[in-house]
Amino acid sequence: MDVVMLSRLQFYATSAFHFLFVPLTLGLSWIVAYMETRYVRTGDETYLAMTKFWGKIFLINFAVGVVTGITLEFQFGTNWSGYSAYVGDIFGSLLAIEATAAFFLESTFIGVWIFGWQKLSKKAHAGVAWLIAIGSNLSAVWILIANSWMQHPVGYTIRNGRAELTDFFAVITQKFAMLQIIHVLSSAILLAGFLIMGISAYHLLKKQHIDFFSRSFRIGLVCGLVGSLVVAVEGDFHAKDVTEKQPVKLAAMESLWDTTRQAPIYLFAVPDEENGRNAVELLPIPGVLSFLGHGDFNAEVKGLNDFPRDERPPVLPVFLAFRGMVALGTYFILITLYGMLRRNKLLESPLLLKAMLFSIPLPYLAIQLGWIVTELGRQPWIVWGMMRTSDAASPIAASQVIMTLIGFTLVYSLLGFAGYYLIYKHAKQGPVAAQAA
Amino acid sequence: MDLQAIWFFLWGLLWAVFFMTDGFDFGVGTLLPFLGKTDEEKQTMIAAIGPLWDGNEVWLISAGGVTFAAFPLVYSVMFSTLYSALMLILFTLILRGVSFEFRNKVEDPRWKRLWDSCIFIGSLGPALLFGVAFANIFQGIPFDGDGIYHGTLLTLLNPYGLLGGVLFVLLFLEHGALWLGIKTDGALQARATRVAAMVWPVLVVTAVTFLVASWFQTNLYANYLAHPVLFAVIAVTVLALLTVRVFIARQAWFKAWFASSLTIVGAIFYGVIGLFPNLFPSSLDPAFNLTARNASSSPLTLQIMLVVVIVFVPIVIAYQTWSYNLFKHKVAPADLAHDETY
Repeated sequence: MDVVMLSRLQFYATSAFHFLFVPLTLGLSWIVAYMETRYVRTGDETYLAMTKFWGKIFLINFAVGVVTGITLEFQFGTNWSGYSAYVGDIFGSLLAIEATAAFFLESTFIGVWIFGWQKLSKKAHAGVAWLIAIGSNLSAVWILIANSWMQHPVGYTIRNGRAELTDFFAVITQKFAMLQIIHVLSSAILLAGFLIMGISAYHLLKKQHIDFFSRSFRIGLVCGLVGSLVVAVEGDFHAKDVTEKQPVKLAAMESLWDTTRQAPIYLFAVPDEENGRNAVELLPIPGVLSFLGHGDFNAEVKGLNDFPRDERPPVLPVFLAFRGMVALGTYFILITLYGMLRRNKLLESPLLLKAMLFSIPLPYLAIQLGWIVTELGRQPWIVWGMMRTSDAASPIAASQVIMTLIGFTLVYSLLGFAGYYLIYKHAKQGPVAAQAA
Repeated sequence: MDLQAIWFFLWGLLWAVFFMTDGFDFGVGTLLPFLGKTDEEKQTMIAAIGPLWDGNEVWLISAGGVTFAAFPLVYSVMFSTLYSALMLILFTLILRGVSFEFRNKVEDPRWKRLWDSCIFIGSLGPALLFGVAFANIFQGIPFDGDGIYHGTLLTLLNPYGLLGGVLFVLLFLEHGALWLGIKTDGALQARATRVAAMVWPVLVVTAVTFLVASWFQTNLYANYLAHPVLFAVIAVTVLALLTVRVFIARQAWFKAWFASSLTIVGAIFYGVIGLFPNLFPSSLDPAFNLTARNASSSPLTLQIMLVVVIVFVPIVIAYQTWSYNLFKHKVAPADLAHDETY
């Protein structure tokens, strides 16, 4: 493998691992802040226990998310020096703003929150929880603005042999970014909701801490439902935006080869990239893809064959990832709707509880698939239409990247095992043990 | 001063604040296996930096981000040429970060020993490597006009580079030991402050050696000779370092720590002033030097970032000062008994 492939692999591995932890941080931060606020408002000790129990999971998860984020920022320099020199004028400033305007906030106040229980008034302590939630989510907002600029560069001009900023406002307010922000932040709430429901279901199935976990479950349920509905509605806008800005990505997402009016969605298809067609196409639903992309069942949708081969993303993984994400998204809506019906009869709904317990990993999977669609679907560009990934890598030796790739595999395995072991142990123990510890 | 020059010094300032704040975390982490005789003492040491280290580390993220935003070419060439060294720093920082959170979550000596050694490596490692890296930047890095590095990780481990590494380790040991002087009491405090007193003369000798070695190994003094008034920065730094000893003798730990902070900021600015306008000089040919002039972002980006920094950095300093103030008390047993304490 060459340096480009190795660096891509390393960036994929490190960012995918990072994003196993970030969504829970984003979503759970709001929920913990809400629980603590309820405690302050009502004086109900159960809410305090909830804050501590879910807060501890939040903190373990937060630690891994934070430390693995640092590597990503620095990899733009270490592995993608061609990229950072070419677009640093714009991209670099977004990362720097993220650090100064958001990351400081969450990192400073996380320490205050952990150690400040005795030092601050109840109200102030709950306020700190909100600052952490705002800081973490604001961090994500800036990172997503930066990522969206790679997807759809705006507000720049090519000058002095590089991309230079011309319109900062255009960069930070572009529609692509707004949609991505809604998509990611709401899927994070969805994920946190499902984690809470899953862990609660475990204890409810064992009939222990029933009040605590029934109430937790219902909070998770609302988050899961609202999150999955927002993601779905936003997803529709998102698809239309992608159709307009990255038509070849949309074609890959649905494995559409020939430009078609009334483009259908095939419930089952097997892409054949060699021959530029689908080897198998079954069960078409006519016009749906046209509607998805253009809001009109008769609209023309551009197919992959209309784009040069070297400007197409790898079709199969993008197609499968998109399918998987949509299928999971549908499942999330259905099961949370069903959950709403049974929300006051949880103990008599062992099937629902079991389903929720086993559903814990699914939002994680959906989110990873979503990033595969977004990022792999952006290939062969590192900045859409402007710079190819192959032109972006650093002039370093492949052996250097191999060494760090091995290093990351080892260190991240240790972190992953230790982090999830602690979360598992704590989640299984339940709230009483957590309070006494 | 023009925008590029302002940004050059802001860049230096962010690094200085990072070393001033996270520096004592590194010191405490390095001292952990030596000063913490019992598990409770180890917990006390960790709790002494627990509420603050995370916010401190963000100064590194900011320094990195600002390098990217204001001097993208420096960012790309510096980090790719120093690939292996920087990656080692990141690995060790990652281990340190999770260790604080993981360590006390399982009551098992082997588990704790694992994360204690990660804290040690994650504190000593970055201190040493940052020192090596900065000293090498002071004397120039062998990279060419295409940003290609002609050397290995071992190239950086030359005598002057290693001297820089040792200097950083000692600066942070002193800084960390003094922080423990503020934050602990009893036997632990006595041991920590004894370390501060013992490290001090070694630090002074190393610092002087470094100042002399820089005369022969680097061009840092060119700016000083051109504007002799700048020697005042070195004088203040040395004076601050000497004052540290005075306050140690008076057992005024906070004042000693404050003088130590000033020493660290002074040490960074000693280098930054000497480098100007070079951010990343090449040892192969001065024509390849990356400077505030030839490696900066566009004026618009520099302006926008200046506004961002002027608005947000004072806010950050305000709430970090508030948080330092909130946790200025000595670590008490009650702090360790608590739920979420690391």
